[in-house]
This record gives sequence, C-alpha cells and structure tokens, in this order.
Amino acid sequence: MKKYGSFFRIRFINGLQYRMAALSGIATQFIWGIMEVLLFRAFYQASPDSFPMTFQALSSYIWLQQAFLALYLIWFWESQLFDSITNGDVAYELCRPIRLYNMWFVRGMAVRLSKATLRSFPVLFFAWLLPSPYGLTLPDNWYTWFFTLLAMTLAFLLVVAFGMIVYMSVFYTISSQGVKLLASSVSEFLGGAVIPLPFLPDKIREVVNLLPFASAQNVPFRIFGGDLVGKEMYQSLLMQCFWLTVFLLIGRAMEQRALKRVVIQGG
Amino acid sequence: MIQVEHMNKTFKVARRSAGFLEAMKALFHRESETIHALSDISFFIGDGEMVGYIGPNGAGKSSTIKILSGILTPDNGTCIINGRIPWKERKEHVKDIGVVFGQRTQLWWDVPIIDSYELLKDIYEIPTQTYEENLTELTKLLSLGELLKTPARQLSLGQRMRCEIAASLLHSPKILFLDEPTIGLDAVSKLAVREFIRNQNKRHNTTVLITTHDMQDIEALADRVLLIGKGTLLLDGSLSDLMNHRPKEDATLDEIIATLYRDYDI
Repeated sequence: MKKYGSFFRIRFINGLQYRMAALSGIATQFIWGIMEVLLFRAFYQASPDSFPMTFQALSSYIWLQQAFLALYLIWFWESQLFDSITNGDVAYELCRPIRLYNMWFVRGMAVRLSKATLRSFPVLFFAWLLPSPYGLTLPDNWYTWFFTLLAMTLAFLLVVAFGMIVYMSVFYTISSQGVKLLASSVSEFLGGAVIPLPFLPDKIREVVNLLPFASAQNVPFRIFGGDLVGKEMYQSLLMQCFWLTVFLLIGRAMEQRALKRVVIQGG
Repeated sequence: MIQVEHMNKTFKVARRSAGFLEAMKALFHRESETIHALSDISFFIGDGEMVGYIGPNGAGKSSTIKILSGILTPDNGTCIINGRIPWKERKEHVKDIGVVFGQRTQLWWDVPIIDSYELLKDIYEIPTQTYEENLTELTKLLSLGELLKTPARQLSLGQRMRCEIAASLLHSPKILFLDEPTIGLDAVSKLAVREFIRNQNKRHNTTVLITTHDMQDIEALADRVLLIGKGTLLLDGSLSDLMNHRPKEDATLDEIIATLYRDYDI
C-alpha cells in the first residue's frame, strides 16, 4: 500500500506546482459559472414551471460542476501517459514490481485531486457568497451531505476507471486522437456536463440514465441540490457501483491482454 | 545466472513503397513481413560476469534485453533468470534487476531527481538504511551532489544519464541490463560511468549485460562478448577471440568489428 501512497504523493506534489494554470482555471470557472447561471435565469424567467429542477438546485449544480471540474471532466487527459505508450517509455514502468493498472489508476486520482484542491475552494467560497438563488445553497441535513460525498467518491473513481480504459486502448491503436475525441464528446453530453440530465426529453433521459456516464457528476450534484432523493437516489448509487465495477474489470482485462502482446519498438 | 535456450521472437512489420498510389493501395491491402528479431538464441551467463552484447543496428540486441527484463514475451524457447521466468513472474523478477534504456527516461520530468528516487525507494520497498547507503555511494561515485535537487528537465543528457543509472541501482539489483548506457555522453561522463560499472561489478558481484555501439565500452567493461546479427548468435567468446578477426596489425576496435560484421555477412 505504501508504494501507492508515495506514488500518489509525488504526483500530487507535482500537480500543485502549476500555479498559473490553477489561477487561470479558477478565473475561467468563475466566469463560465456566472454566464451559465445568467443564461438559465433568462429561461426560468420566461416560464419557471416548465423546468424539471428548481432554479436553486440548478445553480448549486452549476457551481459544483465548475468547482470540481478537475474531478469529473472526462477530457482532462494526461498526455504523458498517451506519449509513454506511443513512444515506448512505458518500458520503464513495466520494469517496476508493481501493476501498471494500479500505478496509473493512483496516478490518475492524484492528478485530478491535486488540480481540484487548488481550484475548488475559491470557486465554492465565491458561489457560497452569492445571493440565493444564484449561489450555492448548502443542504440543511447530514443525510444529504453524507450521500453527496459518497456519490462524489464513486463518481470520481468511475471517471478515473473510464480514463484507464481509454489509456489502455492506446496499446491497441497507434494514435489516441480518435478515441480521445469520441470519449470526450460522448461522455460530456451523456454525463450532464453540457446540460443537466433532467433537462433531456423523457424518453431519451430514461435511456441515458442507464448509461455509465449518468453515474458520474450527475448523481452527487443532484443529491446535493435536493433534486435526487429517496428511492431514485439509492438506485443511482447502485448504478454507480455497478458501472464502476464494470469499468474496473474491462480496464484490467485490457491491460492484461495488452501486456501479453506489447511490443516496444525501436532502441 | 541467466540461462537462455532456443529463444525465438518474430515481429510483423508493415512495408510499402513511397508515393500516393502505394498509400492508396495500402488502404485496402497491407503488406506485412515477418521479421525474425531473434532466432534460436541460446546462451548462459553466470553470476558476476560482465558481458558485452554487440551487433549492427536492428540485430536484436534490444529485443533480447526487453525479453530478459520481462517486458516482451518471446514466441517460444526458455529463459530462466535466477530461477524465474521473466515474463511469467514479472513482478518478482524485476525486483532483482536494474535496467537502463539509454534512449528513454525513467525520471519524473518536473520534479527534482531526489523525489524520483524517493518514489523508487517506496516502489521497490527498499529498507531505509540500504537506500541511504546506496544513495551515498552512488552520489559519490557518479558525482551527483547538486544534481539531485534539480528537476530532470533542466539536466544535460550526460547529467541525466548518470542520474538514470543511479536510479536503476538504488534497489541493489543482482543483475544489471544496460541498453546503450553511454549514448550521447561526453568523455568525462563516459569514463565515470564505465569506472562505476566496473566498481559495481567488483564490489557487489553484479552481473552486467551491456549493449553498445561504442567499442571502447566493450574494451573497458566486457570480459566476454556475444555477437548477434540478423537475430542469430554468431560468436560467444572473449575480447581476444574478437581480435583474431583483426584485418591488419594496427586495426582499431571499430575496424575489427566492421570486419567481423562483414565476415559474418551481417
């Protein structure tokens, strides 16, 4: 376990040193969040009853999304990993007494967490200061807090596990461009990063809810805002566990198959 | 000890001629050729031996090293290193070996070298005392000193290579595979690295297998030379055996090797 801890640490420290990137990220997320809230406000003013979420819940959703972008945005790829597979530096990682999948999984977690640590607090604080219903409305019971955290953790692991599948796929293709592009756009729309999933038309939503991407940010952010409660919430949590297991199994199987036939070319 | 018997490895290589028409053709039909990177390789290396592994470009040197370090799986044949099959018991096997790939880097680009070393310490589960001792020794012998606090990206190639070699030795491996460790080094660094490898071998009885195109490396380090060409093992002997292929009295080592390659038609 210690090796994973220290792997996590070095990657975490490494992530903390990019200060300018964090600052510009925070600025972008403030402005993006404000624009999105204002945009939805215009819609809500036209007809408040035709929306599936309360405006307050929606604002919380948007602010959490902006604050934890680094945790849940699928397309935060690590180009180093793609490069190391394409150019063969992965050879060194294979010379370590440690499983590649585990090592990269921990690494993925560390990178995302270190980014989120720098960026989330200022955004959350700012959103909390905003007047209701434009800002972040905190839940008033421990029950909601608990399930939000649980769902956030599951969603986070799910995103990392999905990323692993994409990284492993590069062992099978020469260029990662296509997979990256496809994975990014599909997962973003189906995961509720563009618009929250409740806004989708009923029939489509029923299908989308069963897909793995609905088990990412969609679940914790809606629990937090009080939009996802009771039986539906438990179902969503179970779905999260289910998809996490599936992704882990697929990723690890891909790794094992890839390493059997890996060819490190040149030199 | 390293025991390799009748090992084969083939690769598929896609080939096509230049030009637009050829590229269009390749859309529908790929021509690929099977390359025998290694065919029927057998050798035995005892504990504490220093062996030079030479051959022209594309002879199969790196492939051998990769198989021995457990990264590649050969098509058939056996290979047993200290009682283990590298690609089957990869995790156990790699604890005992150190590998330097001269053209790749294992150091973390953006953090000081010492952070990378600390990470290796935990990955290999090196006891703190052993780690401290090894680090002190390596720092002295390879004059790492100030380099340790510098991020890898700001080191020159030679400085980085010294750090790479140290990184591969922190866990006191019994066997060391060096794949072109002196590539791109200046004279001083080359001498330092050679001196260091010799020392390691003497003091810790480390088995060393080194591939290189620099014949002075071979002269300085190897008691024994394996010559490989087109995937087959052509010569297994001492440096003086090589000298027998000398075309004229005062031939340089490079000339001898060139003659050797010609003699064996590789």
